[in-house]
Amino acid sequence: MDGAQRLGFYRQMVRIRTYEETIRGNYHADKTPAWDIGAGLIPGEMHLAAGQEPVAVGLCAHLRDDDAITGPHRPHHLALAKGVDMHRMTAEIYGRVDGLGRGRGGHMHLFDPAQHFSCSGIIAEGMPVAVGQALAFSRKGTDNVAVAVAGEGAANQGAFHEALNLASLWKLPVIFIIEDNDWAISVPRDSSTPIKSNAPRGAAYGIPGERIEGNDVETISDACGRAVARARAGEGPTLLEIHTVRLWGHFEGDAQAYRGAELAVAESHDPIPIYEAKLRAEGLLDDAGVAAAKAEAQAEVDAAIAFALASPVPDPSTLSDYVFA
Amino acid sequence: MTVTETVAPSTRRLSTAKALSEGIAQEMERDDSVFVMGEDVGAYGGIFGSTGGLIDQFGPSRIIDTPISETGFIGAGIGAATEGLRPVVELMFVDFFGVCFDQIYNHMAKIHFESGGNVKVPMVLMMAVGGGYNDAAQHSQCLWASFAHMPGMKVVVPSNPYDAKGLMISAIRDDSPVVYMFHKGVMGLPWMAKNPRSIGPVPEDAYTVPIGKANVVHPGSDVTVVSLSMSVQHCQDVAEKLDGEGISAEVIDLRSVIPLDREAVLESVAKTGRLLVVDEDYKSFGLSGELAATIVEHDPTMLKAPFARVTYPDVPVPYARSLEQAALPTRERIEAAIRSLVRA
Repeated sequence: MDGAQRLGFYRQMVRIRTYEETIRGNYHADKTPAWDIGAGLIPGEMHLAAGQEPVAVGLCAHLRDDDAITGPHRPHHLALAKGVDMHRMTAEIYGRVDGLGRGRGGHMHLFDPAQHFSCSGIIAEGMPVAVGQALAFSRKGTDNVAVAVAGEGAANQGAFHEALNLASLWKLPVIFIIEDNDWAISVPRDSSTPIKSNAPRGAAYGIPGERIEGNDVETISDACGRAVARARAGEGPTLLEIHTVRLWGHFEGDAQAYRGAELAVAESHDPIPIYEAKLRAEGLLDDAGVAAAKAEAQAEVDAAIAFALASPVPDPSTLSDYVFA
Repeated sequence: MTVTETVAPSTRRLSTAKALSEGIAQEMERDDSVFVMGEDVGAYGGIFGSTGGLIDQFGPSRIIDTPISETGFIGAGIGAATEGLRPVVELMFVDFFGVCFDQIYNHMAKIHFESGGNVKVPMVLMMAVGGGYNDAAQHSQCLWASFAHMPGMKVVVPSNPYDAKGLMISAIRDDSPVVYMFHKGVMGLPWMAKNPRSIGPVPEDAYTVPIGKANVVHPGSDVTVVSLSMSVQHCQDVAEKLDGEGISAEVIDLRSVIPLDREAVLESVAKTGRLLVVDEDYKSFGLSGELAATIVEHDPTMLKAPFARVTYPDVPVPYARSLEQAALPTRERIEAAIRSLVRA
């Protein structure tokens, strides 16, 4: 992996983190009263992905615009790494007419056909859909791949198991990614899953499974690269469980009292400072490089938010639009 | 204005099952993006004959037998549809929706809306409905109102071979998800008692029947009888019998629940002043109540007699023949309801 690619990984992770931090700040900034989840310029639930950037960046390094991702309720890192337009995504999060879904979807329902990106608020719902996307790619004779990303809580859903079985049965180009951030809202992994790794669950369906520890973008990228190459070559699906970290609450406003001392441990595993230190130690990055990455990201995010704020809210007279095609 | 359609000239007679599968076959010949998947749709030809013969014509790459994984393969249908294919997916019995409804109402039906119209889901989800053959509580329900209650799905319910073919072709060509519910009793199956109306003239060429357009299958002036699916056949039988007694019933076959052709109902009731709804789905919180509300919202003075309905009572479908026959909207119940209405 060359230096330019590694710096690219760093910048993309900083870009995503800057996005999440800025959305977080704006989400809380005008919430009056502060306890009212429906108040403010960004209303509703907000699930941010700080800590999980290496998964998105490592994965998307191997995807093209015409490869597909179905993501979960915590989708921003995946969308941004995939190449979804930040302006229109932000407008959607602000519920504006220039949003990806013209303000109908919100942050859990981002659809970008140009990037074949979608996500859903229902755990594991997108996993069978990725199988169908891969079926379509296979029928069309392309070498595209479909990726389903879900949390470790999703591995206990029936949809996960049905999707793995179908994908293997039909030998489809699907990559199943489990983002194990240790927490299904407040339930720790040990209380939901009787095995230490979900990777062996692939074997039940004849799918190679691998668990990746360390939340390191380069290790993750290597594993995703192998899985994508396997899928493109027509060798079938792969299951990857990536142990990552959830730095913030399940949703904004989650006080996380259930986490106790574990939270400080998690914070010490923030992947961005760790990767930054690594690149600095190798002479690839210095203070100026760090500042430039952050400034560039902040400028892009600020422009996206300005675009969103300049976009009108949907006219109530259009309420019934788009129910049917 | 709703007019009685004349069947296109054809002397060829097909069962509803054969008409339906012919509709799928003709669309598959026309459009490579159409394919079928579901349980036992291949060599078996669909448990109720909806895909009979297709495997011989198109092979297993386009007629795909699936594992018993309804969440998996209905979700896969959604993914294939969003990538530009036109899947026809069969859920064997509507009663099985309990294992996969998330993919249907929360995903298939909402993607177009959530995406602000940017992503289409051109998918047909077909399924067998209805009872009358002692298959008990988990294999005999209609449940169309349950689907119709959730926005984003069209719901079609043919009552005869001609409509079955034309509605299937329309459903496959539609850019919205269409739930296609065929009653086992209208399929004309050799192993089930059937009304002769389940076998009828079907043109050989491809044709469409518009989704959302009701059809007056028996014109009349004394009472409007609105029905759908299998019950339409019973209503036609009763209306023909009553013609001889000078009771003129107008039978409307809704053909679609979503969109619901409220205009056709209002137009007929404006003429007759009496409305009977015959619905094999459960009585409460469903289609019959919706049609009553349609009248009340439009003009509560339209009715000369109280609104009436012959529906499935609010009990699970019983096994014993004596009990099931007492629950179904039979000709006897329909006839009694019409006689009572015209006397009122």
